[in-house]
Amino acid sequence: MTPTRLDKVATKVIEVFVACVVLILLFLLSTILIQGVPHLSWHFLTSPSQSFAAGGGIVDQLFNSLYLLVLTLLISLPLAIGSAVYLNEYASDNWLTGLLRTAIEVLSSLPSVVVGLFGYLLFVIHFHFGFSILSGAIALTFFNLPLLTRSIEGALAAISDTQREAGLALGLSAWRTIRGVILPAALPGIVTGVILSAGRVFGEAAALIYTAGQSAPVVNYTNWNPLSSDSFLNPMRPAETLAVHIWKVNTEGVTPDAVSISAGASAVLIIVILLFNFLARLIGRHLYRKMTGNSNK
Amino acid sequence: MTSIKQELRHASKATREDVFGKVITYCCVAVIAVLVISILYFIASRGIATFTVNHVSLWSFISQTSWNPGLLDAHGQPQIGALAMMVTSFTVTILAAIIATPFALAVALYMTEIAPNRGARILQPVIELLVGIPSVVYGFIGLTVVVPYIRHLFGGTGMGILAGTLVLFVMILPTVTTLSVDALNALPGYLRDASLALGATRWQTIHKVLLRAATPRLLTAVIFGMARAFGEALAVQMVIGNAVLMPHGLVTPTATLTSQLTTQIGNTVMGTLPNNALWSLALVLLVMSLIFNLLIRFIGKRGQLS
Amino acid sequence: MATYDLTAHHIIEPGGPIALSTEKLQVFYGRQQAIFDATLNFPANQITALIGASGSGKSTYLRSLNRMNDKVARVTGKIMYQETNINDRTINVYAVRRHLGMVFQRPNPFAKSIYDNLTFALKATGIKSRTILDDRVEQSLKEAALWEEVKEDLHKSALALSGGQQQRLCIARALATQPEILLLDEPASALDPISTAKIEVTLKRLVERYTIIIVTHNMQQAARLSSYTAFLHLGHLIEFDKTPTIFQNPEMTATQDYITGNFG
Ligand SMILES: Nc1ncnc2c1ncn2[C@@H]1O[C@H](COP(=O)(O)OP(=O)(O)OP(=O)(O)O)[C@@H](O)[C@H]1O
Ligand SMILES: [Mg+2]
Repeated sequence: MTPTRLDKVATKVIEVFVACVVLILLFLLSTILIQGVPHLSWHFLTSPSQSFAAGGGIVDQLFNSLYLLVLTLLISLPLAIGSAVYLNEYASDNWLTGLLRTAIEVLSSLPSVVVGLFGYLLFVIHFHFGFSILSGAIALTFFNLPLLTRSIEGALAAISDTQREAGLALGLSAWRTIRGVILPAALPGIVTGVILSAGRVFGEAAALIYTAGQSAPVVNYTNWNPLSSDSFLNPMRPAETLAVHIWKVNTEGVTPDAVSISAGASAVLIIVILLFNFLARLIGRHLYRKMTGNSNK
Repeated sequence: MTSIKQELRHASKATREDVFGKVITYCCVAVIAVLVISILYFIASRGIATFTVNHVSLWSFISQTSWNPGLLDAHGQPQIGALAMMVTSFTVTILAAIIATPFALAVALYMTEIAPNRGARILQPVIELLVGIPSVVYGFIGLTVVVPYIRHLFGGTGMGILAGTLVLFVMILPTVTTLSVDALNALPGYLRDASLALGATRWQTIHKVLLRAATPRLLTAVIFGMARAFGEALAVQMVIGNAVLMPHGLVTPTATLTSQLTTQIGNTVMGTLPNNALWSLALVLLVMSLIFNLLIRFIGKRGQLS
Repeated sequence: MATYDLTAHHIIEPGGPIALSTEKLQVFYGRQQAIFDATLNFPANQITALIGASGSGKSTYLRSLNRMNDKVARVTGKIMYQETNINDRTINVYAVRRHLGMVFQRPNPFAKSIYDNLTFALKATGIKSRTILDDRVEQSLKEAALWEEVKEDLHKSALALSGGQQQRLCIARALATQPEILLLDEPASALDPISTAKIEVTLKRLVERYTIIIVTHNMQQAARLSSYTAFLHLGHLIEFDKTPTIFQNPEMTATQDYITGNFG
């Protein structure tokens, strides 16, 4: 075969592979949406789940997922920002920094089931938190921290050093420059990173099945006292999330309409995550424009 | 005049702010460091209890295939052989990587070499969406689409290594692709220009120059994907069949380390042998994750040197 | 490149009060030495220009003066300001930098509004009063000859200004904290001739109240602006004299060659 001909064939082959990947994605999305969307109804979204009967909904799971997400971000965001600031702004290039970076890399490559089991061991068993939202949120924090730290570090690194110099040259402390100049300038990147990580957290299940638990007790959505045991805000109650619910109805096989419930729940999960991705783009771009453009008040 | 001198000689609010900033951010990284150390410590100390407390031999753990932590064998020894699960875990990981690599490379080449603008614009969201799909959803589709299809083709339950591999292949595809794109983008432009200027075709350039130059980083991309596949739990568990048996083929039910862990750890009592044995499986996962990490570093270093 | 005797130098004592001086200042980037034994007195309320070929150490020298090189380089020797050696570990660098304001080659306004750019450092030092802040904003913008152009939209993003306006904003920002000395590193090199001219006019006016040290590549600019000029070569301070002397009748061959363009 002549080189030119080989070149043409190779290009075609590559294009076929690429087309396959695109088709796989289209197939996945359409399967999820086609299977799932017909099951979405107001009733499905607003009624509690059933274990042994058909017709259950996902209201508690949906709320649990969101609540866990909020708690997880509340814990992991400050930690991630602090760590990213340390690594990008303060850390000098020595062995200790190298070690810390390695630690973060190791954490990010640990299987989420291992992270979940650690949370189970330490918080559920050792600290007697039991299967609870709090245990789940902490486990998800562990899972989220390295990725979030890295994305925030990237956003900080993208800010030009001339901004830091400008702050220092005014006699400002590095800390004030970071807080007042660097972090705000990095905000579009940080927000994008946070929303994308929210998507990951929202869909995570392996770290949760032995920390937040696999049951969704009946809660009272009018009881706003987080310390009360039947309050929907009580962080010490077990909380099955949407992702865990999908896993559970499929593995236990006792729910008669497991397939349609999973299909509906998967569709909800995907729609929420797509929404997150879309928002990440939109808000990131909006913030960026707001900071650099003319329309700033 | 003296006030300026005073000002120059004494610490100010800014001095204190910087100490504060350093301390507080240092605490944040320290939390991560402590966290990593405690994960390693707790999982390891639990995981070795099988061998130190229950005196199971390490050799039988890695060489035996019968897994029945509650029962004793003919010699009065507990049946704790993890070989079957390890074999399955490695098999699905390697097969998934073998299938994913050509696809990932093709997409990466398309995005960087063949249609850098249009290709990247279309494929970037495709990859991001693939990353975004949660693993339980992959598992669910595996269970409702892939498994029935395999059952239809090969009979049996349809669960097993083949189903696990196919699910994992799609799951690690975006990881391997993204890192491969980075690897190709990191190549200096002159490599490409020089080769094309010498009259090489695009494919010759890709094949003989670019892929070769990017090999170390492409290799780390694949290993990253393998690490992800090896540790993936729920999606695999939903389609693998969950029978701790040495796999006899690609379509017989079997179990991976992760699937066994997720299904069983809730059914055992803390501190008992069956429970310890499961923690040993977790330790294997942890050690493998560290090994993948080391491999990536090692290859990365080698790549930088050459 | 012709080799010159780097140990020979001609450095005069400027007349009048001294705002800042360096004694045997040496700067090292790792092992590499970038400034050798620079001893110089900067006259108060005058513009001093630092000239020299690229890589001769002008920026390095300038940045050492307000301790901007702290994390990057090792600086030994004395920097005397207000009878105090400010090149000392015990000195409060934040105070040093407030008294020695700095403007960089590339305009680097914060991604904030014009108003916030000017008040950010003031607020950090504890000034809260709205009237004081407003006054300072107006005053420093007027000093930097930018007030007329932006007074209508002080809350517009600074990044929306033109390059020349941004640089004048950076000068205003440095002035807002009321320094005594202004250090400028090629402040006009990224600008068009009109913006450059505006900045030069601004500096000429500022010199009544500030001591100005400016690095420049542009000989005409040095000749137009400064009353004293220092010439650096390969990290050595070769000559320092009144600007007319440097440009018409320099003492050292290296200086002569550099200003006549016979260099290298
Ligand atoms: N951050 C740094 N690290 C190491 N070496 C540096 C650094 N900054 C400058 N140098 C070196 O110090 C010497 C003087 O550099 P400097 O930037 O002070 O020159 P300059 O006179 O300002 O040149 P230019 O006119 O190009 O701005 C050069 O040899 C340069 O390579
Ligand atoms: Mg310079």
